[in-house]
Amino acid sequence: MFTNFPLFPQEASTQAAQVDGIYFFMVAVAAFFSLLIAGVLVITAIRFRRRHEDEVGVQIHGSLALELLWTVIPFFITMVMFGWGAKVFFDAYRPPKGAMEIYIVGKQWMWKAQHMDGQREINELHVPVGRAVKLTMGSEDVLHSFYIPAFRVKADVIPGRYNVLWFTPTKPGRYHLFCAEYCGTRHSGMIGWVEVMEQNDFQAWLSGGRAADSPAAAGEKLFQDLVCISCHRDDAQARAPQLKGLFGHTVQLQGGATVVADEAYVRESIVNPQAKVVAGFQPIMPTFQGLVTEEQLLQLIAYVRSLGEVAPPAPAGAAAPQGPGKD
Amino acid sequence: METLNYLNNGHGLKSWLLTKDHKRIAVLYLVSITLFFVIGGFFAMLVRLELLTPAGDLLTSETYNKMFTMHGVVMVFFFLIPSIPATLGNFLIPIMVGAKDLAFPRINLLSWYIYVLGGIFTLVAALSGGVDTGWTFYTPYSTAAANGHVITAALGVFITGFSSILTGLNFIVTIHRMRAPGLTWFRLPLFVWSHYATSLIMVLGTPVIAITVLLVAAERALHLGIFDPSLGGDPVLFQHLFWFYSHPAVYIMILPAMGVISEIVQAFARKNIFGYSFVAFSSLAIAIIGFLVWGHHIFVAGQSVYAGMVFSFLSFVVAIPSAIKVFNWTATIYKGSVSFDSPMLYAFGFIGLFTIGGLTGLFLAAMGLDIHVHDTYFVVAHFHYIMVGGAIMGYLGGLHYWWPKISGRIYSEPWAKFSALLVFTGFNLTFFPQFIAGYLGMPRRYHAYPPEFQVLNVASTLGASILAVGYVIPLIYFTYSLVAGEKSVNDPWGARGLEWEIPSPPPTENFTVSPVVTEGTHQYVHPSQEVGLA
Repeated sequence: MFTNFPLFPQEASTQAAQVDGIYFFMVAVAAFFSLLIAGVLVITAIRFRRRHEDEVGVQIHGSLALELLWTVIPFFITMVMFGWGAKVFFDAYRPPKGAMEIYIVGKQWMWKAQHMDGQREINELHVPVGRAVKLTMGSEDVLHSFYIPAFRVKADVIPGRYNVLWFTPTKPGRYHLFCAEYCGTRHSGMIGWVEVMEQNDFQAWLSGGRAADSPAAAGEKLFQDLVCISCHRDDAQARAPQLKGLFGHTVQLQGGATVVADEAYVRESIVNPQAKVVAGFQPIMPTFQGLVTEEQLLQLIAYVRSLGEVAPPAPAGAAAPQGPGKD
Repeated sequence: METLNYLNNGHGLKSWLLTKDHKRIAVLYLVSITLFFVIGGFFAMLVRLELLTPAGDLLTSETYNKMFTMHGVVMVFFFLIPSIPATLGNFLIPIMVGAKDLAFPRINLLSWYIYVLGGIFTLVAALSGGVDTGWTFYTPYSTAAANGHVITAALGVFITGFSSILTGLNFIVTIHRMRAPGLTWFRLPLFVWSHYATSLIMVLGTPVIAITVLLVAAERALHLGIFDPSLGGDPVLFQHLFWFYSHPAVYIMILPAMGVISEIVQAFARKNIFGYSFVAFSSLAIAIIGFLVWGHHIFVAGQSVYAGMVFSFLSFVVAIPSAIKVFNWTATIYKGSVSFDSPMLYAFGFIGLFTIGGLTGLFLAAMGLDIHVHDTYFVVAHFHYIMVGGAIMGYLGGLHYWWPKISGRIYSEPWAKFSALLVFTGFNLTFFPQFIAGYLGMPRRYHAYPPEFQVLNVASTLGASILAVGYVIPLIYFTYSLVAGEKSVNDPWGARGLEWEIPSPPPTENFTVSPVVTEGTHQYVHPSQEVGLA
């Protein structure tokens, strides 16, 4: 009955070894101090056990030297843990340039993934081995958290903003995907599998099946259907800012502030257009909140992004797209 | 002819429900928190039984979610937070400072009524359909998505918060204003110091949770856009506000237990504490630094990495005063006269389990590691080591230590030793496997789980069953001692302290003559040291 019960998780990403490194160090420190304290406590208590009823202890009031010793030593040990932990976090926080991008939407109670080549999947995620993968994740409803234990990666998925998660798988195989943030009745059913494939198999998988539109192409269709095009035009009468060459570049706002056009900015401009009005334009755009789903928002962003990549009339100070969640 | 004491001075329900005696109010609290402990334990047992098998087969998902929610709400707000302060603290602080009562006896009674009112709201929420938000009430689930009686439960938490604030206020004023002549700050029992630190958190932190749950209720009922992004709110703002109180709340639970352990270690080693001022000030340090670590609950919520680093650093720093206490308790044993009576067994258990709980807290403070273990059973195991292994062990140790004083009766020591052993064994069997399950990646709050986690969960459920027996036995022998227990003398343990100088149970006014204090706490005179100390 109980033939398969692992006591330690598989290591299947570059981060896994990093996280396990600090884990083993901390387990060693914790075991050492737990055993030291328990051992000293038990041995001392037995050594100084009460031998007759009215015996009392020898009164000792303390020792400054000892107090300093057991303040300073733990402090330095914890600072090693702090520094090490922060370094691992930093590495896990910044996706490398050129990572393969996938959009993720969490909703009660499923995970939806959109590959840039058009493949879509639910509660499954196919990724190639040995390549950095960057997930841009939004939520349709409540909080979720995208968690792959074998990769030692996790990030909350929060409605109204995008969080980024990245990893480089190191071993082909099937790994658990869990929702780690409680999200309601079927929270424990919001699980799936991450399938890490050899590069060739992955290419075959990407081109197999029925071909769907790429997110950018789907976004372009939406752009027509929602008649965004009537204002966001290329000509001189356009009542709204030009979207070509926008993505990843700095935008001048009314009032003199600037913002880099990343996923979060484009999303906000669609659902809450009044929040940041571009210099030289009137705040006439209506909100599209409730009219487009999170997945459609990501498709629109992919389209705007593709426009940014085609036409490069780059103003100075063009910045690379950054992960959201800075505020 | 029986001598008059606080228990037989006045009979009938009315004499209890309208009492202004801090000792009787402590007993009222004792009875009511025991009731909530049984209710919270019942929810926990259903959770553990469900998790015996990987499939969600005993309860529906909805019921399971309500069970862990009600377990958390009841245990945190209606048992752990009031546990030691409202019972042992209420009973002992006036006696330990040599006073007749707390500074505001009527407010003390009011705080109990407020607690009961909050409890009724929560029970109504539980019985009329339950709440399934988790005790953390995270938004926007709690304000926009959850069914169930979120507002009723939130109001229960809101109301009971005031009882906590009033208790804290009462303690602070009492400790400042009502100390007996000669009882300087540095002669105070460490139990009083730890309650002083606890009271600061109660008074300063509780208003924040009160406002936060009120905002949840307002957003749910009136659709104010505070936390829900579809109304223009920010869900992570809720997490900041919630943990600003709820992390310090962990120190509301553990600091009083530390105070109890300081008393027990001194009494059962018959030796004054090693490093008194370090132990006293470490309580204050925990209370103050504890307010600055809440961000370690939201490392993976997209918080700025630099804010994360500050919170991580401070979370490591707050561990140091706890370590100082553990080292000083251990040093106190050295050259003591150590007995192994049941309160001391609980103290040993506390030190061991709290050490593991504290050290595994460091794992969660390390940002890179927290990414993996956040929201898994590793966290569940860690905080149960602190709250059950720490706070409840301390509470039970204190209850055994002061029971002869509170009831005037002696309980069965062999049964007490046996159940202490059961509690320790059952506890470890329940929660140690959860560290392993957590590192394997088992998320918390899962109704069903992949089959490879089953062995660890079976161990947990088995342990929880042993733990339950370990909790029921004291209930029986304490109750039995009231009827048939041997009468206790003033000082059954040969301990030192103002509470042991007065009769057991104490008279209503505590002291017939106001005591004059001439020395610090737990001064035992060893024959070899007798000469120097006239």
